[in-house]
This record gives sequence, C-alpha cells and structure tokens, in this order.
Amino acid sequence: MSGLHLEESPTTGDDEITNYTINFGPQHPAAHGVLRMVMELDGEIVERIDPHVGLLHRGTEKLIEHKTYLQALPYFDRLDYCSPLCMEHSYVLAIEKLLNLEVPIRAQYLRVLFAELTRISNHMLNIGSHVMDVGAMTPNLWVFELREDCMNFFERASGARMHSAWFRPGGVHQDVPEKLLVDIGEWLDTRLPELFGDAMSLVMDNRIFKQRNVDIAVVSREDAIKWGFSGPLIRAAGVPWDLRKSQPYDVYDRMDFEIPVGTNSDCYDRFMVRVQEVYQSAKIIKQCLAEMPTGPIASDDRKVSPPKRGEMKQSMEALIHHFKLYTEGFHVPAGEVYVATESPKGEFGVYLVSDGSNKPYRCKIRPTAFSHLQAMDMMTKGHMLPDATAILGAIDVVFGECDR
Amino acid sequence: MAVLHSAPKFTLIDGLKDALSGALGDMLVEAKEEHGELLLTVQRDSLEDALRLLRDEHSYQQLMEIAGADYPSRPERFEVVYMLLSLTKNSRIMVKVTASETTPVPTATTLWPNAGWLEREVFDMYGVVFAGNMDLRRILTDYGFEGHPFRKDFPLTGYVELRYSEEEKRVVYEPVELAQDLRTFDFMSPWEGADYVLPGDEKAHTPPVDEPKTTDKPSDTGAGAKTDKEAEDKVSKGAPAEEGTEEDRTPAPEPTEDRKDRPKRKGKTKDTAASTEPKGGKK
Repeated sequence: MSGLHLEESPTTGDDEITNYTINFGPQHPAAHGVLRMVMELDGEIVERIDPHVGLLHRGTEKLIEHKTYLQALPYFDRLDYCSPLCMEHSYVLAIEKLLNLEVPIRAQYLRVLFAELTRISNHMLNIGSHVMDVGAMTPNLWVFELREDCMNFFERASGARMHSAWFRPGGVHQDVPEKLLVDIGEWLDTRLPELFGDAMSLVMDNRIFKQRNVDIAVVSREDAIKWGFSGPLIRAAGVPWDLRKSQPYDVYDRMDFEIPVGTNSDCYDRFMVRVQEVYQSAKIIKQCLAEMPTGPIASDDRKVSPPKRGEMKQSMEALIHHFKLYTEGFHVPAGEVYVATESPKGEFGVYLVSDGSNKPYRCKIRPTAFSHLQAMDMMTKGHMLPDATAILGAIDVVFGECDR
Repeated sequence: MAVLHSAPKFTLIDGLKDALSGALGDMLVEAKEEHGELLLTVQRDSLEDALRLLRDEHSYQQLMEIAGADYPSRPERFEVVYMLLSLTKNSRIMVKVTASETTPVPTATTLWPNAGWLEREVFDMYGVVFAGNMDLRRILTDYGFEGHPFRKDFPLTGYVELRYSEEEKRVVYEPVELAQDLRTFDFMSPWEGADYVLPGDEKAHTPPVDEPKTTDKPSDTGAGAKTDKEAEDKVSKGAPAEEGTEEDRTPAPEPTEDRKDRPKRKGKTKDTAASTEPKGGKK
C-alpha cells in the first residue's frame, strides 16, 4: 500500500522518511559490556533511548542468601570487576554494623589505602575507555600501564589481581609486606604523576576531545538530585557530595582531601572530576602510608575473625574456632541495615537483612549504574548518535554491578 | 550501646524518630530505631503521601534504592523498602510498606523519576505490582522469563536451563537437570533451638514396659527348624571362593555388548615428533 502511495507522490519521496529505530549493542565495544539500547533516531538525532539491562544477571543476591556471610564475600568482587575492593567495603561494613564489631586501626588504614588504590585503578580504566570512545587511542594505552601497576599491587597484597576477597568482616585477610607499602609510595611519587600527567596533557585541552564532550548531556543540579545521581556525576553537577567526607567510614575522617566539583555538568566535567579524584586519591594514600600504625590487621573477636595459622598449631581453642568459622560461619544478630560507601562510580549500598542465622536472609545490592543508566534517555535526547558513546563513557557503567 | 564499628557515620538527629512519627501521623504503622537506622513502616495506601511529605517537608531529596524482601510466613509476604537520603541534613531513613501478590503498591515515579527502574526490579524479582507505574516490564531477567526468581519458594537453580542446539541452530530452553542435588547443610544446633528431633531421640520418650520380653526356648523366637546340617555349624567354612579348585569358580561374565570398532580416521595423523622430541640430539 505504502509503495503505491509513494509512486503517486509528486516528490522524490524524501518527505516520507520516518524515524528509525536501531539496536545499539548488546555486543558493542562502546557499550562497556552487555548493554542493549533501542534507539529511536530522527536522522542522526536521538529521539528516545530504551536501555535494556540484565544481560549479565547472575542472581548474585539469591546466591548470597544460600551462602554464609564469609562465603558470600567473593561475589562482591564479581559485581563491579573494575573496583572489586570497593564493592567488598560496603559489604564488610554492613556486617560489622550489624555485629557492632570494632576493627583495629591498622586494618582501617589498610582498607582506606586499598580502596583508594582501587579508585585509581577504576578511574584509569574509565578515563582510558572514555577517551577511546571519542576517538583517542594513545592515552588509553598509557593509563592501562598504570592500571596494570595497581593490579600488581593488589596481587602482592592478596594474591589475586582482580578478585581479591581481601577485606574481611573484622579487618583484612592478611597484612601487607613492608616493601609493598614502600613501592606504592614510590609509585605515587614518580610513575603515577608522570605517566598520568602525560596522558592527560594529551586529552584535557585537546580540541577534538572538547568538541566531543563539552556541553554534551548537561544535567541540572535539580535533575541530578531527582534522578538519584551519586559519585562523580552528582559532583560534576556542582553538588559537593562525597560519602567519604559527609558520612566517613573507617579512617576517612582523619584524611585531608578535597572534593572536586564541576561547574557545567557535562561529559567533560564528569571526566575532569575523575581526573582530579585520581590526584586526591593519591593524596589520601600518601597520608595512609605516613600515618599507618603497626598492630593487628583483624579483629581479635574469635567468634568472627579466624585465628592465626601459628596459633592453631598450639591451641585447641584456636583450632576449634577456625573449624567452626570455616564450616558453620558466624551468626549475625537479627536486624536490617543499609550501608552505602563511596565507590569510584558513586554510592554503592548494601541492604542486609539478618534473621540471626549464619546466612544473610536478604542482601540487596544498590548498584550505582541503575540510576545513572536510567537517566540515559533524559541525557541523550536531542544529541547525536555518536554522543551516546561519550555519555555512556562519562557515566562509567560496569554491567557486573548493574545487572548483578 | 556504644558504637564500635566503623561503618559510615551519618548525622544522627536527636528526636528524629518522634519528629517524623508526629509528622506522618495516621500514615505511620510503626517506627523503629535499630542498629543506628531509622525504619518507618507506613500504610500502603498512603505511601505516596508519606514519601512526598518526607521529600518536601523533611528534605529527604534523594531516593537511593527500593529493595524487596520476601517473608512467606507473613499474611502479606512482601516488604518494599525505600531508602531515602537527605543531602542537606546528611541523614538516611528507610520507609517500608508490606504487600502481597494481589495488593498493588502506589508508585513513586510521580515523586522521583528514577523510581521507575527500581520498581521494575522489585516487580521482576518478587512480583509486587506497582499501581501507576506506566512501564512495569521485567528488567533483569531474560526476555520471556516466567516466575519471580527472588521469592523464597523459587528454587536457586530455577526451572529451565538453556543451551545452543546444533540441530535447531538456536538457543533452546530445557527443564533443568542436575547430576547431583544442591547440598544444603543445617547449621542450627539442637541446643540452640532447632525444631526437629535428632535421630534416636524419639526413643527417649517411649514408656517403660512392665514385663520385659524374654526368649527362653528356641520356639519362642518364632524360628523354625534348621534348614540343613550346615546351618547347625557354629563356625562358617570361609568364603566360597577359597574352597575348590580354579575350575570350580564362576568365570568372569561375558562382555554384555559387542562394540564395533571405531571407524578409522580419515585425516592423516599429524607428525608431532619434531615438537615433542628434544632438539639438538643427545648430549
């Protein structure tokens, strides 16, 4: 029918062009994982975006309900696999809040140190892939070098490059070698500022990079609050909101650092907030290295944290505690808490419900990406199709965390 | 109780519980302060008004999360928990409503646009319906998924598994088949109030008999005469295999199936000698 109509039309048919719907992803290098976006385009202008998530849904929360508290910990590494230790951080703090468990001061310093190192490693990945999404190749290769350094530090602390499972309820799994702390300090003084500074000097004032990012996806402060933004996205909107500052956990209240905020709330600001956060994280790590006391690295409450291997060879009591902790696990008093920490991507929360047994009754994970990705439609409307990749890069999504 | 943990410290406002309870009035069912968290349970029907009041009058500007939870033993089995954050007061509260499969919860999309996906997730995982949500599709599960996987009565393994079928050239769904059951351990110790009887414990409560039963004569046992003279032997002769000669013994069973030889390979075997043998000859 429509063909017939076209033939009769006196024009060439150009006025008959309608909106057109394309499928972005789920296998697209700029989708940062398995994201499918159904886009309605008018020419090259995006009219509407419907993001389909859940392609990486593994039912983590259900699996956690069937594991003891300690066995559930490694699932958190697999959520946001770009910042695994920050995921663990929320979970162990939630357990400690229910138990009202005191954590030795050295363990708190170690956690803060490695959470910040994770932040650097996460931002290296995001900054690198963001610039690559808008066309630059070299900086990505350089910052990946730095990410690799961070991975090596994690490996030296925990034995694993990515899935560390190093934060434990009551402290950390094991102490770090002295040489590692020395090396991190050296790295912060030499390699990080040099390499990162070089890479950023290529990008920050680059004409093409600015053309692709400045004034793209401007979100007003009111909208950012309404849409539940957090992390670099809300800070880019000019709200100086950082949970490390406003709701300090572990030893963040002893740290002296600044919260970078944006003025224009566009993709460029989001990028620059992350760049500045890297320097602030380096500052925090240096303070940790300078101030960290010696002492135990895990709680001495043997009903929660396991005894040392050496102790187990001598003491029957220690052996029993070890056996009970790794078979039955510990019991957590009944109650419910919502604990949120500042992960590199924003507020990462854990709503933990305990019924007094050794397994969580319910563990709801609040991903950062859910609120941000939901606003994708609002942010992209009226922009060009290639801007979608810049916007997505500036959101910093990881689907392990978004889909759980 | 003194705070020992190092979890995030948001501002604990004095009298917040009373202030919010007073403000909510009739809408409030219960207010509870536990583990340093304020939990307000409100009437389901007035949820939207309660949230609006908290947002506009008490400056809880952000909705961070909506969590579902399933308690099958309760008359209204689901709980929907709203995590609110105040950026100006630096305070967090949780607002809770209960629901069942058939009672819709009023939507919060009119107050916060990001409630849309959060409600879709609770609907997807628990089947709680949100009245007024215009886009209540599934979000995390597969296209065409059936059931609500986070309900406590939904098995961990699910009901279907999928694989790529070479014959049909597509992904097919099949009922899940496990080679071994999932292991579930019961960690509830009997002295901590487990509600089952330990094996053997049921005998502890059988009343003692007045006349103990004895068997004096062989006839009392109910056994008949001995079947043959060997049964009368007090000591057995030993295993049957140990007596008699080699020929007497039962031979090994014949192969139950005659398998055909595997067809010869058509392709040539690759010569791997070059890569497996040491180079440079013997030393």
